Parts: sequence; structure tokens; C-alpha cells
Amino acid sequence: MALALLAAVFAGTGKLAAQEIMAGLSHHAIGITADFAGTEILVFGAIESEGDIVVVVRGPRQEVVVRKKAPVFGIWVNAQSAVFQSVPGFYGLASTRPLGEIVDADMRRVMEIGIDGLRLEPADMEPSVREEFRAALIELKQAEGLYPMEPSTVSLAGGRLFRATIVLPAGVPVGTYAADTFLIRNGNVVAAQSSPLIISKAGFGAEIYNFAHRESEFYGIAAVIAAVIAGLAGNLLFRRT
Amino acid sequence: MFQIYLPIAEMSVDIFLLLGMGGAVGFLSGLFGVGGGFLMTPLLIFIGVPPPVAVGSEVNQVVAASVSGFMAHWRRRQVDFKMGGVLIAGGVLGSIFGVWLFGILRQIGQIDLVISISYVVMLGSIGTLMMVESLRAILRRRGGTNVRRKAHVHHWGHGLPFKMRFRTSRLYISAVLPIMLGFVIGILAAIMGVGGGFFLVPAMIYLLGMPVGVVIGTSLFQITFVTATATFLHATSTQTVDVMLAGILTLGAVFGAQFGTRVGAELRGEELRGLLALVVLGVCVTLLWRLVAEPASLYALSPTGFH
Repeated sequence: MALALLAAVFAGTGKLAAQEIMAGLSHHAIGITADFAGTEILVFGAIESEGDIVVVVRGPRQEVVVRKKAPVFGIWVNAQSAVFQSVPGFYGLASTRPLGEIVDADMRRVMEIGIDGLRLEPADMEPSVREEFRAALIELKQAEGLYPMEPSTVSLAGGRLFRATIVLPAGVPVGTYAADTFLIRNGNVVAAQSSPLIISKAGFGAEIYNFAHRESEFYGIAAVIAAVIAGLAGNLLFRRT
Repeated sequence: MFQIYLPIAEMSVDIFLLLGMGGAVGFLSGLFGVGGGFLMTPLLIFIGVPPPVAVGSEVNQVVAASVSGFMAHWRRRQVDFKMGGVLIAGGVLGSIFGVWLFGILRQIGQIDLVISISYVVMLGSIGTLMMVESLRAILRRRGGTNVRRKAHVHHWGHGLPFKMRFRTSRLYISAVLPIMLGFVIGILAAIMGVGGGFFLVPAMIYLLGMPVGVVIGTSLFQITFVTATATFLHATSTQTVDVMLAGILTLGAVFGAQFGTRVGAELRGEELRGLLALVVLGVCVTLLWRLVAEPASLYALSPTGFH
């Protein structure tokens, strides 16, 4: 049932769903330049009827390895590790009321609403250790500010117009993000809309990064030539006579 | 405060901090006549640069530092190009092996550990040796005794095959020795981001028996080519070379080194070496402490999507 609902909601074909909620973003593209120190995006829109609103901004999915250190001969060494497939690089959430009052745990898991609803399961691991590494992963992401602990609030004006601000920290990963807005009534998602958001490196830093990754042979040669020129210039500049 | 974004390290750092570090290490290298890579890589790790990027970028910076020194010695004709060529052949093989090993260690999540342990071992032994040497020299000067060293010692290496004549060094020795020596230096460059002069220079004098006059120039000749190879290999296979970082450090180092050379000319050698030994041992202990102290978080993340 939940899957059918999901399909109807995300396909965007259901006329009802499309009209129940309309949302927009303040930016659809963010460039990370050399002096990028984080930014905010504003998610705003309108709902047709009463209900609670949850806004989720989710970063690109990555494969992540969590490593645990253990002492070996008095030295702390990476020992056990867990590989997580498709971990959102960022997960920010805003809601009209505390999440627990809006949807129950099952629904949160089905829709991946809220950090506890995220499906983060490492492959080939015992359940007891799995839970430990899952908690560690979330804690590390929170420490980097990528899974903000305190959800923001969605403010509703006149019961119809809503707006929410999601803070993106300086260390946000690049890639394609999705800003999803959910209209929830009686614990059920009755409408949803998804807007894409692209975060990419911009400016001189981006050019260097792309050069290094796409044409690494030329980048390597350029790095050597630059160093040789710098060395020669330094030698000529201070040549002692 | 003027933050600059390092595109490969993927972090923002105060540009004046980097210039200052480049200047300070450059000053020390000018003062003591050492490369400085072995101090810069740990410092970069201390300010939070990921150890693999610290190594890849520092090996790039060493190219600049050694090319500059090599030019000065070349002008004075203090370079044995034939010996340098043989050392480079070994060094290129060593850096290929080193970068390959680096990639594997990174994949299994142990590269940070191996870099730190290599540094602790290397800095610990060099620091201790230098400290002992300079204390002895100071005592000897006070005592007034003078011990003469044998110029040329015969050892196992002279029985090896593939003998070659090196005219500039006035040597007729097996090519196996310099190739092996070069190989080790290549591994050091790839895994630790150093030129390896601290190891190469004494080995050239005592192991190969080269005349002191051509040792520095020849070692710089080898280091230039080997670090250039390691830079290229890291850029293509591990993508850890941050040219922005290397460039800023070089800028600071060029000026620091000039200042250091001038100050060094007015100070006594033994006290200087003792001072450098203290700096080296200090960095060593700090690295060791980071290995043995219980980490604030037992867990760490590493993305695998890119390498």
C-alpha cells in the first residue's frame, strides 16, 4: 500500500497530488567557490488544504566506509570496517511540528523521513555490530554538520503558505540534491513534490579539481612543470653573485 | 584571516598560515641545508590536511626546492650525471613501487597509519643520530681532540657484479649499489613525500664512497627527477597532488630559505645541528603521541566512490 502511494506521489501524474502542494526553491544551483562558507536555501510553497509539512533536503548518495580503531601494540589502528551503500551526503529536515507528532516510525522508514528513518544498512554484518556502525556513521555526519541534529521549523502563514530554511554547511558534498516537500495528514503522506538542486564546485578551485580528475596525466605534467618553473624562478631571483 | 580553498585537499585554510609554514620550513632548510619535506608533511597533517594529500602535494613542492638547489650546483659543475642517472633509474622503479603500495594501503584503510609510523621511525632515528653527532662535536671541540675518518672503506658492496666507471666521482663500482639506493629513495618519496636527501647524502658518502664535493649536487639531481616521477604517478593514480597547496608552500619556502641561508652563515654548525635535532625529535614525539593517545572518536569515515 505504502509503495503504491509512493509511486503515485512521485510519478506526479496524480492530479490531486500535484495540486495539493506546490513548492519552490530559492536556488536550483549552488556553486562552491574558494571562499564558500556555507549557505542557506529557502524552500517555500503553498498547500491546498490543512495538514503538516515536512521539508527534506537530501544530498547525493555515496558509498561510505566507516572504520573503527582498535589498539594494536599500543597504537590505534583501523581495525573493523563497514561499507554502507547509498548514504546521503547531506540530510537536512524541517517540519511544522516535531516529527514524532506528525508521522509514526513505520511511515518514517517507508518514506525515509527523519534521520532515524534513513535506510542505512551495511552489507554482510551481524545485526548487533550493524547498529553500532550505523550510529557511528550518523554521529560522524552530525559532527561534520551534514545531518543537522536540530530540525528547522516550517512556518505556515494563514494555514496555506509555508516556508522553511535549510542551512548547508561549508563542507557539503557536490552533486545532485533533492528538496522534497511532503504534505502529511493523519500520519499519512497525502501529497509530495520533489525539486532538484545542483551543488557543484565553481571558480578556479573547480577547474583545478576537474583538471586533476579528468585529465590526470596532463595535470601531473603541469604540476611538475609548475614546480620546476617555481624552483628556477626562485633560483634566479636570489642568485648570489 | 584570509581563507583559501584547497581543491584537492577539499578544505579551507588560512593562506597566511600556509605561507608562514612554507617560510618557517624554508628558513630551516636554508639554515641547515636540508630539504625540509620531512618537516612539512607532518606539519600539514597537524593542521588537518589528509595525510595522503599532504604526501602527494609535498612531493610536488620538493621538486621546486630541489630544482633550485640543483641549478646552483650545476653551475659550479658539482654534479656526477652518470651516477645521478643510475640513481634515477633505481629511483623511478622505487617510486613506481611506492605509489602502487600507497594505493593498496589506501584501499585497505591503513595509509594514514603507515605514513605516521614511517615518520616516527625516520624522524626518531635521524633526530637521535643528529643529536648524538652534534653533542659529540661540541664535546670534541671543548676537549680539543680530533678524530680522523677513513676516506674510503671496503665493504660487501664492492663484490657485486655489473661494475661501472664513474669518472666525475673517480669510482669503479657495481651499478647494483646505486640502483638499490635509488630504489629506496624512490619508495621514501612516494610514501612519505620527501626528497630523501637526509638518507641519500650519507649513503653516497659512506656506502658508495663518492667524493663529498659532488654528493650534494648529484643528490639534488636525483631528487629532482625522482620527486617529479612520484608527483606524476600520484597525480595519475592516487589524485593526491594539490597544486594550490604546493604552490603556496613553495612561495613561502623560497623567501624563508634565503633568510635561513643568511642567518646560517653566521651561526656555528654544531649548535645548529643540535637545534635541528630538537625540532625533528619534537615533531617525532608529537606524531607518536597522536598514534598512541586514545582518539577522540574511535570511528572515521572514508568515501569510496572516488579515489
